[in-house]
Amino acid sequence: MLEAADVGKHAMLVADTGAGKTLAGFLPTLAAFCPSRLGGAPPPEGLHTLYVSPLKALAHDVQRNLVTPVEEMGLPIRIETRSGDTPTDRKKRQRARPPHVLLTTPESLSLLLSYEDSFTLFAGLKRVVVDEVHAFATQKRGDLLALALSRLQAIAPGLQRAALSATVADPAGFAAWIAPWGDLDAVALVEGEKGADPEVEILLPDEQRVPWGGHAATWAIPQLYQRIRDNRTTLVFTNTRFLAELVFRHLWDANDDLLPIGIHHGSLSKEARRKVEGAMARGELRALVCTASLDLGVDWGDVDLVVQMGAPKGSSRLLQRIGRANHRLDTPSRALLVPGNRFEFLEATAAMQAVEEGQRDGEAFRPGGLDVLAQHVMACACAAPFQEDELLAEVRSCWPYAGIDQGRFARVLEFVATGGYALRAYDRFRRITRDRHGMWRLTHPEQAHRHRMNAGIIVDSEMLDVRFGNGRSLGKVEERFAASLRPGDTFQFAGLNLEVEQLRDMELVVRASRKGAMIPSYTGLRLPLTTHLADRVRALLVDRAGWARFPDDVREWLEVQDWRSRLPGPDSLLVESFPHAQRHYTVYYTFTGWNANQSLGMLITARMEAMGLLPGGFVANDYSLAVWGLKPVGDPAMLLSPDILTHEFLAWVQDSYLLRRAFREVAVIGGLVERQHPGKRKSGRQVTFSTDLIYDVLRKHEPDHVLLDAAWADARARMTDVERLGDLLDHAAERLEHVVLDYVSPLAVPVLVMLGREAVPQGAVDDELLLEAETLAGTAMRVEGLAEGLEED
Amino acid sequence: MVPVSFTFGFCGEELALTPARALYWPRERALLVADLHLEKASFYARHGQMLPPYDSRETLGRLADAVRQFDARRVFTLGDNFHDAEGAARLEPHAAGMLAALTRATDWVWITGNHDHGETMGTALAELDVHGLLLRHEAVAGDMRPELSGHFHPKVRLRLRDRHVARPCAVVSERKLILPAFGALTGGMDAGDPAIIQALQPARAVDALVPTAKKLARLPLWREAA
Repeated sequence: MLEAADVGKHAMLVADTGAGKTLAGFLPTLAAFCPSRLGGAPPPEGLHTLYVSPLKALAHDVQRNLVTPVEEMGLPIRIETRSGDTPTDRKKRQRARPPHVLLTTPESLSLLLSYEDSFTLFAGLKRVVVDEVHAFATQKRGDLLALALSRLQAIAPGLQRAALSATVADPAGFAAWIAPWGDLDAVALVEGEKGADPEVEILLPDEQRVPWGGHAATWAIPQLYQRIRDNRTTLVFTNTRFLAELVFRHLWDANDDLLPIGIHHGSLSKEARRKVEGAMARGELRALVCTASLDLGVDWGDVDLVVQMGAPKGSSRLLQRIGRANHRLDTPSRALLVPGNRFEFLEATAAMQAVEEGQRDGEAFRPGGLDVLAQHVMACACAAPFQEDELLAEVRSCWPYAGIDQGRFARVLEFVATGGYALRAYDRFRRITRDRHGMWRLTHPEQAHRHRMNAGIIVDSEMLDVRFGNGRSLGKVEERFAASLRPGDTFQFAGLNLEVEQLRDMELVVRASRKGAMIPSYTGLRLPLTTHLADRVRALLVDRAGWARFPDDVREWLEVQDWRSRLPGPDSLLVESFPHAQRHYTVYYTFTGWNANQSLGMLITARMEAMGLLPGGFVANDYSLAVWGLKPVGDPAMLLSPDILTHEFLAWVQDSYLLRRAFREVAVIGGLVERQHPGKRKSGRQVTFSTDLIYDVLRKHEPDHVLLDAAWADARARMTDVERLGDLLDHAAERLEHVVLDYVSPLAVPVLVMLGREAVPQGAVDDELLLEAETLAGTAMRVEGLAEGLEED
Repeated sequence: MVPVSFTFGFCGEELALTPARALYWPRERALLVADLHLEKASFYARHGQMLPPYDSRETLGRLADAVRQFDARRVFTLGDNFHDAEGAARLEPHAAGMLAALTRATDWVWITGNHDHGETMGTALAELDVHGLLLRHEAVAGDMRPELSGHFHPKVRLRLRDRHVARPCAVVSERKLILPAFGALTGGMDAGDPAIIQALQPARAVDALVPTAKKLARLPLWREAA
């Protein structure tokens, strides 16, 4: 790193966790402040180094780990943090008298750049260090940071950039991302020492039976508890918040020794998370059940076992999680995979092999979001008037926006100014305007205030605070979940059984309860199975020699499948049809991930409907899709023709939750709707408009609007799965192998026993459900009683 | 003309509520709509949120469709007609033309609500008794006269078989009925909210009327304690 800095290059440092790369990123800074280099002169005033991390907690953590060595070396460096949590007076002081090193997040940096004094604040900046760049470069927060870097480079042309990353499949891709103008020659790629290979093991049931269905792997609780007892500290990763709560509850039911076991996920309140993180840092916990909320960063040297409940879904994610254990390079990390069902056993095996071979999933770089660009343009306008050409040149210097043309940039500017509508109704309400000299400037200083109140990249789904009557906050639940609760209902949250007292204005007031509780079904993030891992699973399926290493029941499962039907080979699309429980089932083994299968299910049932095949519904998992109807499907090829993507798909996506959610995000990030009105709504960063209604109006009256483009781009990027679906359908004709059976095949069982079945199309079903509710209303006095009754179905 | 599956009885009158979120009164050939909130988007644009300036077109377009569908001769708008006092002045020419055409083509009465002003075309009244049904913006609890009103933007929210269903609806007791909001950018309040139940008192039963594509569904919301 020092060499790179000395020859004036930017740097991209790739190393395993535990290799001390954060400190390495700071080396040139520390060196600059060394007494030998200073040669008796006082340390330079002003901001020298900016450190940017995706997590607020990480910035705090690094301060801890950086301040100590700096003090031990006696270096005259002032180090401070700045995030959304920093008190206002300190923020002000930081701008007036900056520290030498400022630790911050992409959002806080972007906000700093919206102040007029940003030009003096950053004028002398020498270095910027971007930590954990692999975790967010390909996302919108990465777009925002890339734009911020281009601005910093314009303010301080001599600025050296350094990016730190865990081991990735494509280091050069990240080097290009960090390089100004994509100039790879200006970046030194530094690869760190490899750590010891991790030891990965798959937990199998004592009597060697892997379950048919389910993801929770609750069968393993007694064995898991034993492992927790045998180790000093265990981190238990789950794929969803729902599973975290479930596993946590089961562990406590088994906790005869009353071991200190905690829970951590993104819905819990900041206080609750800090408390658990603190207990963990002090080594007070024996186990912590968590979600992706702990995938990154924070260093706990004492973790000696990492457990993955359910399927790992991707090898890079698994490696990242394993890296949480034992942050030392010389000793191997230990990990235990706990499959929830037989497919997950195969997936765990595939992931284990990938880890052994050190193979990782590729990263999906994509062009930057126009909504993020709009936010950046507004921030720039808040800082100072600008020339359109100059800002465009600056924006193009960063990788995500290198390809943006003048026309598109002009549309974004017009969007920022007036909403960018063809109707031009808002010219008199402009937020920014071009003056006589061709400079874009704010129409009113108040616009800057509003921008700073609303800027940011993370858009929560509508969440309600959960708190006790005394005001203590427990965290947040989705509004849609909260809306289904009535006083007296109980649910499980933060590891507690809670009873609803009251639902009032953005708050769910609860008390502790002894009653049995249901568990909220957080929609949350659903991790898609990566293509790389899916291909490995397919390879395992047809590697008959390799089956010998599998547990007996998994091997028999595959043998019977092979004998009764077929196994889906790497280049085939197996489709099975069979009658079951007076319905006709068709199962498609696509291996394209849950999202894509879910989409395919909607499309296929729509087409079946049109063909009079009377579809009833479908259910999907990562590997397959099962569709049932009242008539048998004679030729699935008719349902799988590629034109389904053009004909039915467009209509379907436009009404989908996916696109609406994407629109909501771009509307908030782009500044179309505000998170809150100044002075109104004390709590939370709520979006006060139903963006669904705005979406409907806009789609109908101005379908070419720049925000709809942005929402589509997002939806497409999020559905890497759609591409997978396209590939699948393009080759369906030549790869299709249709097998007709008398009854269900072994491979079909895992998907058929799944919960969360989906009935046919949207709107129409809701109508049916409402009418059904009405029919039942005769026997139920209250609507809520009725809804509960139906849910138990 | 009025499909029977969408009609219901109210204080001796036959009324219809369709997915268009408008109430039709066949005997009077009258269409009733509540809470148009015209020019809501431009109100927010003036304050920096550039919502799509098409909401008035959308709302008036749907209103014209409903007038045509029922062949209505009269239109009553039950208050919150414009989102704010200057709303009428901000109507863009096309939307203003649509409104002028509608008010010319029908016998149009604005019932004015808590922030209504500037309804220049047609007649504007605070309250109106039409053949024994009182039209006003906001329900008055305790008033025993049969009453049709708006103001609350009621919506049913249910969780049915793992699906969340949220639909605008009317809320009805024996003598009072609250219409769903008609405007394009109008959100909603839970139909079972205590404020709505309270506004419909005195009552023995309060139901939600939810138009689906096929028929009008009636869902119980509240019953007088036995």
